[in-house]
Amino acid sequence: MMEIGLNHYLVLSAILFSIGLIGVMKRKNLLMLFFATEILLNSVNIAFAAISHFYGDLTGQMFAFFVIAIAASEVAVGLGLLIVWHKRHNNVDLDQMSTMKG
Amino acid sequence: MFEAVAFYLFAFLTILMFFITVTTSQALHALTALAAGMIFISAFFFMLDADFLGAIQIVVYSGAVMALYAFGMMFFDTTREIKEKQGNNYIVAGLTILSAILIVLIFAAPMITESVTALYPMTEGVGNTQEVGMVLFTKYLIPFEVAAVMLLVAMIAGIVLAGKKMDLSMTLMTDAEIEEAKKEKERNSRIFS
Repeated sequence: MMEIGLNHYLVLSAILFSIGLIGVMKRKNLLMLFFATEILLNSVNIAFAAISHFYGDLTGQMFAFFVIAIAASEVAVGLGLLIVWHKRHNNVDLDQMSTMKG
Repeated sequence: MFEAVAFYLFAFLTILMFFITVTTSQALHALTALAAGMIFISAFFFMLDADFLGAIQIVVYSGAVMALYAFGMMFFDTTREIKEKQGNNYIVAGLTILSAILIVLIFAAPMITESVTALYPMTEGVGNTQEVGMVLFTKYLIPFEVAAVMLLVAMIAGIVLAGKKMDLSMTLMTDAEIEEAKKEKERNSRIFS
């Protein structure tokens, strides 16, 4: 109980991943959906860092760095698209984005 | 002992903050709780001897990403209540927990075999930042460069998407010009929608 092992970190990562997934499934607002996506990526980063530490291997940390880079670019492009949508339609609700127009 | 105390404290705080983020109906509360959760997560990285990753976590997430969200939210009406999808909560929670267990199993499956050996073992006597540099600029040099190009593409996409009509300043225009711009925008939205 007092000795923190790999399983503790994996369970924590799973709990945070569940919270993020609940956010992705139940949110209607696209900005809130982006927040939930950040939670998902961060929970996976914890698992990568923990495995990297307990197996003495640096590959996990490398993957965490690339995940952070991907998260940053996702935010930049997603927020740009969101601003364009909001300027044109004055809302960011997911239900009204269900149709595609050329 | 201290590691256990720190782990449980930060685990509790992180879970609480992220729970607030996904449940609150105020966008500003969600943003603040998310920023706090990101900083608490960096504590785990410091505990796991990944100092450089922890520093990057604070700089990138609570610095860059949160500032980007804060600037983006200036475009939106954040005072309005966010409408929530009315679905079956039990199905959502069940599916969520099921997929999280699946993710943990995916992580844990290679380790059950007990034949895992470190591909890039930690070198003795050097700091974490130096180790990361040595591996990143030898084995992972190509992915590093590709990530740099991807960030450049994302930056240009962000500028192109969000920078439209940025040359118009609402504070420097007269009222008549603002009315004219509004009419113009309505005409455009009628064409596009």
